[in-house]
Amino acid sequence: MSAYTLKVRRYQPESEEDDKRGAYWEKFDVELDPTLSVLDGLLQAKNDADGTLAVRCSCRAAICGSCGVKINGQSTLACKTQLGEAAEEAARKARTGDGDAEITVEPMGNMPVIKDLVTDMESTHWKKFRRVTPWLLPAGPPPEREYIVPAESMVDVTQSVACIQCGACVSSCLSMEADPEFVGPAALAKAYRFVGDPRDGQTTERLFDLANDPHGMYDCTHCFSCIDACPKDVAPMNQIMRLRRLAGDDHGIRDVNNGHSHEMAFVKNIRKKGTLDESLLFQESYAPGVKGKLLPRVSAIRGLLDSIPTAIRGIRTGKMRSIPKLIPGVHHKLPGDAQDHVKHIYERAEESKIQLNLYIIGEGGEEDASAEATEPESVEEESATA
Amino acid sequence: MPEHDVLVIGAGLAGQRAALAAAEKGVSVGIISKVHPVRSHSNAAQGGINAALDVDDSWESHAFDTIKGSDYLGDQDAIEVMCREAPDELLHLEHIGVTFHRNEKGELGTRAFGGASKARTYYVADITGQAIMHVLYEQLMKYADQIDRYEEWFTTDLAIDDEGRCVGAVTRNIKDGSTEMFKAKSVVLASGGNGQIWQPTTNALICTGDGIAMAYRAGATLMDMEMIQYHPTTLAGKGFLITEGARGEGAHLLNAKGERFMEKYAPNKMELASRDVVSRAEQTEINEGRGFPDGTVALDVTVVPRKRIHEALREIVLVGRDFAGVDITREPIHIKPGNHYTMGGVKTDIWGRTDVPGLYAAGEVACVSVHGGNRLGANSLLDTLIFGRRCGEDGAQHAKGHGFGQVSRTVLSDSESRVDEIIARQHEGGRRVSEIKAELGKTMDEKVAVFRDEEGIQSALDTVRRLKEEAKSVAIDDRGTIFNQDVLGAIELQNMLENAEACCMSALERKESRGAQYRTDYPERNDEEWLKHIDVSLNGGGPEISYSPVTITDWQPQERTY
Ligand SMILES: Cc1cc2nc3c(=O)[nH]c(=O)nc-3n(C[C@H](O)[C@H](O)[C@H](O)COP(=O)(O)OP(=O)(O)OC[C@H]3O[C@@H](n4cnc5c(N)ncnc54)[C@H](O)[C@@H]3O)c2cc1C
Ligand code: SF4
Ligand code: SF4
Ligand code: FES
Repeated sequence: MSAYTLKVRRYQPESEEDDKRGAYWEKFDVELDPTLSVLDGLLQAKNDADGTLAVRCSCRAAICGSCGVKINGQSTLACKTQLGEAAEEAARKARTGDGDAEITVEPMGNMPVIKDLVTDMESTHWKKFRRVTPWLLPAGPPPEREYIVPAESMVDVTQSVACIQCGACVSSCLSMEADPEFVGPAALAKAYRFVGDPRDGQTTERLFDLANDPHGMYDCTHCFSCIDACPKDVAPMNQIMRLRRLAGDDHGIRDVNNGHSHEMAFVKNIRKKGTLDESLLFQESYAPGVKGKLLPRVSAIRGLLDSIPTAIRGIRTGKMRSIPKLIPGVHHKLPGDAQDHVKHIYERAEESKIQLNLYIIGEGGEEDASAEATEPESVEEESATA
Repeated sequence: MPEHDVLVIGAGLAGQRAALAAAEKGVSVGIISKVHPVRSHSNAAQGGINAALDVDDSWESHAFDTIKGSDYLGDQDAIEVMCREAPDELLHLEHIGVTFHRNEKGELGTRAFGGASKARTYYVADITGQAIMHVLYEQLMKYADQIDRYEEWFTTDLAIDDEGRCVGAVTRNIKDGSTEMFKAKSVVLASGGNGQIWQPTTNALICTGDGIAMAYRAGATLMDMEMIQYHPTTLAGKGFLITEGARGEGAHLLNAKGERFMEKYAPNKMELASRDVVSRAEQTEINEGRGFPDGTVALDVTVVPRKRIHEALREIVLVGRDFAGVDITREPIHIKPGNHYTMGGVKTDIWGRTDVPGLYAAGEVACVSVHGGNRLGANSLLDTLIFGRRCGEDGAQHAKGHGFGQVSRTVLSDSESRVDEIIARQHEGGRRVSEIKAELGKTMDEKVAVFRDEEGIQSALDTVRRLKEEAKSVAIDDRGTIFNQDVLGAIELQNMLENAEACCMSALERKESRGAQYRTDYPERNDEEWLKHIDVSLNGGGPEISYSPVTITDWQPQERTY
């Protein structure tokens, strides 16, 4: 047993006390084993001290997805975060002046708060979720028995099927903060679940919609937040990258958002120069290749003009630090043979088409868990005779 | 006042399946759940779902295993229905999108499960329940124009008309505290089990037996309430489940001396004997001093190939890592029997009809009875889907032949004032909900668990009756309308106590050992006197015990060995 203090961000919409009209902080002291969860702590506070403390929960085992919150600023599940670890993290943050010494618990971000730690997921997450047509659209009537599909294809989508719709990724998404309309990591992971399913008959249509949606998959900025937040290792960002690769490469979809060419501009840029050459990035994104340079389309010119304010903001806020970098040709090269190494990385990645899927490679990616999903010895027969 | 031809209370697998089946029949449907549907407890099911789909398998074999597993208390007509319809149901799930595991030929592949003579458990990694439930929820969204969803609404009472028909339900909108009288021609209860009566349990906090208690109060009969499954592999203290799939994949059970003790208890099936058998074996090892000091034995998953563990048992790798600090791929994990499943519930026929006209029940809330004295692993998901669908179909049929009933004006106001009274109660030395719940959980886990006797059960019953009185004066802190979880907790507590009383009474009544009920004072199965169901119903206010026969068709009771 150890003592912990939980500093909870509260909101009691019906409170008549003056200091409790808006959101406020309240501290609760709890005594529990360090291996128990922050949810156990919250429930002890609720059970013993204050029954008005509102928090959604049910399974206590990171299965139902009810208890998404922010703990010490990180979006996660309350039932999956151990008190001991959370306290250590809080102490570390306090030492570096990064936060409080207490374990802080706040409602999820990017969603309106209903009461205390209970947020309105319907108006944010679920509404967007329905935008990706989240059900199977088979090509024709079903076969008499099961659909015959490769075993690996089912293992492949299992990573996104593992999503419990907790909203932690949505809460942590930086792009969502910038564009509240962004369909978001969880909905896109769900979209991959159908795109990757060979039984679905609308793969191209789905990819086309996702690519051309102005708040669709090209809104993601690869910030990794959702990967860090996700309690089920769904790695939404990876699913988004796979959607993009499928749309741009395999299905040749050129979206109206210039998302694909912007991404390709990055790829090309780094392959050639090793570090980002901003002057080329803009141009390549909107008017790729030699032809693009010589004969830019009207839409490309418009796109370029539209991005000028962004570029100016970048310079002003110091994000783009070297103004000469904006002049084509000034960008420096990597020293020595570093550029060859960069190219080599590209080749390796392309050769193996590495897909980050934990169901295939295992937690640590051990060598005995190789990249192919081969069937192990037949368990069926083994136990039938047991 | 919302009106629906068919109203489904509960949105786990049973409820969602019922709603979809009713909608397919062209009627209007409403589905209510006290949590968002995908939070329902069905998502905890890891292992899989049984069906005799393989060409070498037969429904008869599945039925026999189920009957034997039930210790001959299961009704054979219902078991036949479930096992015969299983393959089509499974294919239906596959067709609408469930990502079942495939074999190397791309066909559906199976894993082995306890008490089964063949590997007939179909699965999605170890998230089968979640995978199926999310697909059903996808279908609910797809059929949104026919099915109205009431997400985060809490049903407090069923509405019964003067002729004793069920005509709707009173339900509170958790978000704003308003109460509505939902009118319906058919009402399907699919509100899950009551595992929260025991502490610890593998069940979620929402499994408080609300539906069982509501039906009981409304005049329905409860059956097999003494039959409570203790699962052989739960984490000590916390009650988290390690799926039977682990043993299905070949994991061993070891005592503290490192012996594979199941050799003594079930030499043929070993770790894959029926759950009641394995739980008793573990508890015997523990009681006789061959367990670990923390009152556990060990489950050794390291004998399963590493790659197979990652592919098929990933969820329990996470459970081990996050909740026990153990890497199950490298070392054995300590486990013990823990409360898991309610075999009993609201008595129904093979179409899910209860004794109350217009009221149906399916899933863990119901007792058809397909599980009898002991449920086989992976038969419960099947039960929810088969009988959920049947309730939906028959409920729709019933709705087509009936109008809306007359709801007496007092139903809504009575229910509302019951809730208001709790909210208004002042703290006057009464106990807190959580205290009563903790005492109940501890008592039941000590006295109405793997091994039972008269003295223990009687003392549990006395405690439950005292707690019932105490619960009448519990006071709560939250006086608000928006998301008042406090008042819902007090209502759930009343429901739990009603369930517990019926369970203790039935356990006391059955003076033999069968399935999950092992009486140390009556250690033998006694078919002559006790091959019958124990029913409980409310009569003139008090609970009353009666009996009903077990339906036996082709399979005569035999001695049960594994
Ligand atoms: C950890 C675990 C693992 C399991 N693994 C397996 C397995 O591998 N295979 C297998 O076959 N079975 C398994 N089971 C059993 C199986 O999961 C359950 O028996 C089954 O899912 C119950 O489904 P249900 O639809 O009856 O109820 P639930 O899924 O529990 O749903 C109940 C619904 O009713 C609603 N509800 C309850 N009360 C109210 C109220 N008052 N008002 C409004 N709504 C209400 C809830 O919100 C919920 O939507 C497992 C169980 C557990 C606990
Ligand atoms: S990686 Fe993309 S989707 Fe994920 S949090 Fe960042 S911006 Fe959002
Ligand atoms: S992707 Fe992960 S974090 Fe996002 S909703 Fe799903 S489980 Fe939660
Ligand atoms: S309580 Fe279910 S995910 Fe935390």
